[in-house]
Amino acid sequence: MADALPGPDIRTGRLSPDDYLENFDDLHPPLGPHEASVEADRCYFCYDAPCTIACPTSIDIPKFIRQISTGNPIGSAKTIFAENILGGMCARVCPTETLCEEACVRNLAEDKPVQIGLLQRHATDVYLERPDRHPYVRAASTGKKVAVVGGGPAGLSCAHGLAREGHDVTVFDAREKLGGLNEYGIAAYKTTDDFAQTEVDFVLAIGGIDVQCGKALGRDITLDGLRENFDAVFLGMGLPGVNALRTDGESLTGVIDAVSYIAELRQASDLSRLPVGRKVVVIGGGMTAIDIAVQIKRLGAEEVTIAYRRDRDAMKASAYEQEVALTNGVVIREWLQPKRLLGEGGHVCGIELERTAQDDATRLGGTGETVTLEADQVFKAIGQTFVPDALGGAEVLSLDGGRLGVDAERRTSLSGVWAGGDCIAEGEDLTVAAVEDGKIAARSIHAALSA
Amino acid sequence: MADLSTNFIGIKSPNPFWLASAPPTDKEYNVVRAFKAGWGGVVWKTLGEDPAVVNVNGPRYGAIHGRDRNLIGFNNIELITDRPLEVNLREIKQVKRDWPDRAMVVSLMVPCEEQSWIDILKKVEDTGADGIELNFGCPHGMSERGMGSAVGQVPEYIEMVTRWCKQHSRMPVIVKLTPNITDIRKPAQAAKAGGADAVSLINTINSIVSVDLDQMAPEPTIDGRGAHGGYCGPAVKPIALNMVAEIARDPETHGVPISGIGGVTTWKDAAEFMALGAGTVQVCTAAMTYGFKIVEEMKDGLSDWMDEKGYTSVDEVVGRAVPNVTDWQRLNLNYVVKAQIDQDACIQCGRCHIACEDTSHQAITSMKDGLRHFEVIDEECVGCNLCVSVCPVEDCISMVQMTEGTDPRTGKKIEPDYANWTTHPNNPNRVMEAAE
Ligand SMILES: Cc1cc2nc3c(=O)[nH]c(=O)nc-3n(C[C@H](O)[C@H](O)[C@H](O)COP(=O)(O)OP(=O)(O)OC[C@H]3O[C@@H](n4cnc5c(N)ncnc54)[C@H](O)[C@@H]3O)c2cc1C
Ligand SMILES: Cc1cc2nc3c(=O)[nH]c(=O)nc-3n(C[C@H](O)[C@H](O)[C@H](O)COP(=O)(O)O)c2cc1C
Ligand code: SF4
Ligand code: SF4
Ligand code: SF4
Repeated sequence: MADALPGPDIRTGRLSPDDYLENFDDLHPPLGPHEASVEADRCYFCYDAPCTIACPTSIDIPKFIRQISTGNPIGSAKTIFAENILGGMCARVCPTETLCEEACVRNLAEDKPVQIGLLQRHATDVYLERPDRHPYVRAASTGKKVAVVGGGPAGLSCAHGLAREGHDVTVFDAREKLGGLNEYGIAAYKTTDDFAQTEVDFVLAIGGIDVQCGKALGRDITLDGLRENFDAVFLGMGLPGVNALRTDGESLTGVIDAVSYIAELRQASDLSRLPVGRKVVVIGGGMTAIDIAVQIKRLGAEEVTIAYRRDRDAMKASAYEQEVALTNGVVIREWLQPKRLLGEGGHVCGIELERTAQDDATRLGGTGETVTLEADQVFKAIGQTFVPDALGGAEVLSLDGGRLGVDAERRTSLSGVWAGGDCIAEGEDLTVAAVEDGKIAARSIHAALSA
Repeated sequence: MADLSTNFIGIKSPNPFWLASAPPTDKEYNVVRAFKAGWGGVVWKTLGEDPAVVNVNGPRYGAIHGRDRNLIGFNNIELITDRPLEVNLREIKQVKRDWPDRAMVVSLMVPCEEQSWIDILKKVEDTGADGIELNFGCPHGMSERGMGSAVGQVPEYIEMVTRWCKQHSRMPVIVKLTPNITDIRKPAQAAKAGGADAVSLINTINSIVSVDLDQMAPEPTIDGRGAHGGYCGPAVKPIALNMVAEIARDPETHGVPISGIGGVTTWKDAAEFMALGAGTVQVCTAAMTYGFKIVEEMKDGLSDWMDEKGYTSVDEVVGRAVPNVTDWQRLNLNYVVKAQIDQDACIQCGRCHIACEDTSHQAITSMKDGLRHFEVIDEECVGCNLCVSVCPVEDCISMVQMTEGTDPRTGKKIEPDYANWTTHPNNPNRVMEAAE
């Protein structure tokens, strides 16, 4: 039986146990061997393949697909890992519709790209079936020490690249587990069966990586300390801060930071224990907004509305992601910005939104007209921010738009310190881009340490 | 509606689609189903002497597949019929009586002794069958016993056995040829010399279809070992077409009726065999892959195409392409074409570029003004057709003839006249005037 919590209609256990299993099963079921073989055959093995050019990590896509096609999924996975050691997660979470698959020439032929993401998942799944497999052997120890702050995709990719070259790496992460948003942020139905930790174990299997979880820069360790004790430092801390709505009523209970809620969801051993409102409003227009909306819907919320201040074209979430939300019964309302959160007995009960309009100069403004939506829960998904305090004063590193400024090799303004992933100015807020940053930084650090 | 009925060496059938001598024609049950489905005729599964042969009890087939498991090539190690002669003869007689309008040809294979042939010919004649086909083609098992392709590979034997059959029977004789020889014209000539009414080809091609890399043995693998088999299906069609054409245009065998076999899967395959001189076609693998219903598509397709082209009877099609099959030395060297890419159809896969760049004439760009762009460089293009062959988009690249001006590759003027190798200045044995 569903237990009613006091106040507005927020409950746990809105669904039957089977519904939770079904709703949080793989969003895209993996391809079977025959499906993979047939799909692989659709690839034309393009010259200077547009898909590879579109892949932020430049995976040799025609080659890995051909290896699937010739019955060599292990070799195929090795081709993938050669450019992207987190190829397994990327296969699950990359918005392929705006990356490799958007570039696939099959779109021109028949509006239906080769399903590169699913093929990549097929090959990497086959490879990772056996936990004892690892594609690389660590080089003899160089005796050089590198500190990696943050064990998300950027940090893991960098740590692997460096450990492979024989450097001794220590990864510090504020959280209990490694993986970053792979473990705490990505929608649950994109990475089922604890895949994030399977992949972390796979990455660490290279050897030479010391893991220090529960160690936060700025709290337990300092940048100065790291610079003193290590030959190089890589910062891959992501965006630990969240933007505030800056409207009245933000402190009411039921007004929730979407990223924290998702982290809780991802760590929950029993989804039926999560509090879920009947009517839910999500503020935002990015991947996080879509993810929280779909997941809260799948947890049993009845009415879920995403309110975004511009139109759907302007949303950071791709048309495909929006489609996923719509097919899950989420309502997307455009041209609405939050004005005031309405409360009752300290708990949110609704939100007043103001209609917006854009002038010719594409500046957005409120029109004065308002709309009120009832809500038992309001999720804030309006972006995360870099928190420079952890560095021990922002002035030590130059920032660019609130994030760390780096050069092409991911060197920060501070010698011996590299950075990558969401925390850098060029950060694209994509797992795959973070992996590429870590890879590039590792090469640069290796070159610097070998000089 | 075009008239599909055929009269092949006096054997009449409502359409030119016959089932080849093989499992689909091994029993009354199958053949009746085939006739109900609309096949024009059958060549009954090859009969031999009693006691009947035995087949392996392990797998007898192997296949080459496309990725979606479409069957491209088929391999078998089956022998001739393994049922008693009397049973087959009884069924043949019954079916012919029940289906008088369908062609009933009986395939035969007995040892190379005159009496063996005399004995079986009499028995077949009694069934009322329309004709016989001499199986000189089976390339496995039977050939080890001096029959099948062991006979088909020796023109003298072909001539001898054919002559016996003509001498001791009033039935029309079709000689089925093996492709496992170097020059198909020789056995065809021998068949003609022996008095054959027609030839049919091809039987299967010696093959090892695949190797089991765990057992380290050819497939199909029987208890750890494999033997070569006979290859057929879509993959063998080009080989069969050439052999049919060779016989059709050889002055010595030109005009000998041909029943075309090998990879016929669609109406179009059939039309191609017919254009090269086949009066009927025989089908085995396609039926074994899809069942008898495929004949409907074959008949409709052939008929629709004939209507479209204005052909009213099968005879108008048979042999129509034969005059255009020639030797290399008679090809017009003044015919110049250049590849041309339809930029609207091009999906920019770059395969034409890399094929031409790596393996041909460096005649297709990959960039233009810094952008991905594939365009033929006429100065380099030799008109080889490689790009057309590899382009995944049909009709995206076409070969366009140059009819005037200068070939930018050679700098030579386009000559309107026909000129071939026989008169070419580079030919040490050139003659003054080109022979057509
Ligand atoms: C809800 C949500 C859904 C997303 N969905 C997708 C998706 O489907 N596809 C996709 O491509 N991208 C998605 N993203 C973006 C993607 O997750 C990130 O771009 C990516 O994880 C960035 O990797 P990172 O290594 O830079 O940072 P993170 O993954 O954020 O990792 C940073 C790590 O640093 C640690 N850390 C932070 N501060 C400190 C400190 N002071 N000391 C020590 N450690 C610290 C954190 O604990 C964390 O482990 C999503 C993001 C969110 C928020
Ligand atoms: C399983 C099998 C058994 C065959 N048995 C005979 C046979 O007994 N006699 C014969 O003349 N040809 C036999 N053939 C050859 C076929 O009649 C035919 O010549 C050959 O398969 C090529 O045609 P296709 O490509 O349509 O299959 C056999 C073929 C197969 C696949
Ligand atoms: S663009 Fe598409 S067809 Fe071409 S190589 Fe990439 S996946 Fe294959
Ligand atoms: S016809 Fe041959 S030479 Fe000409 S562009 Fe095509 S592949 Fe190259
Ligand atoms: S092979 Fe065809 S589709 Fe591909 S680039 Fe060349 S012309 Fe275009």
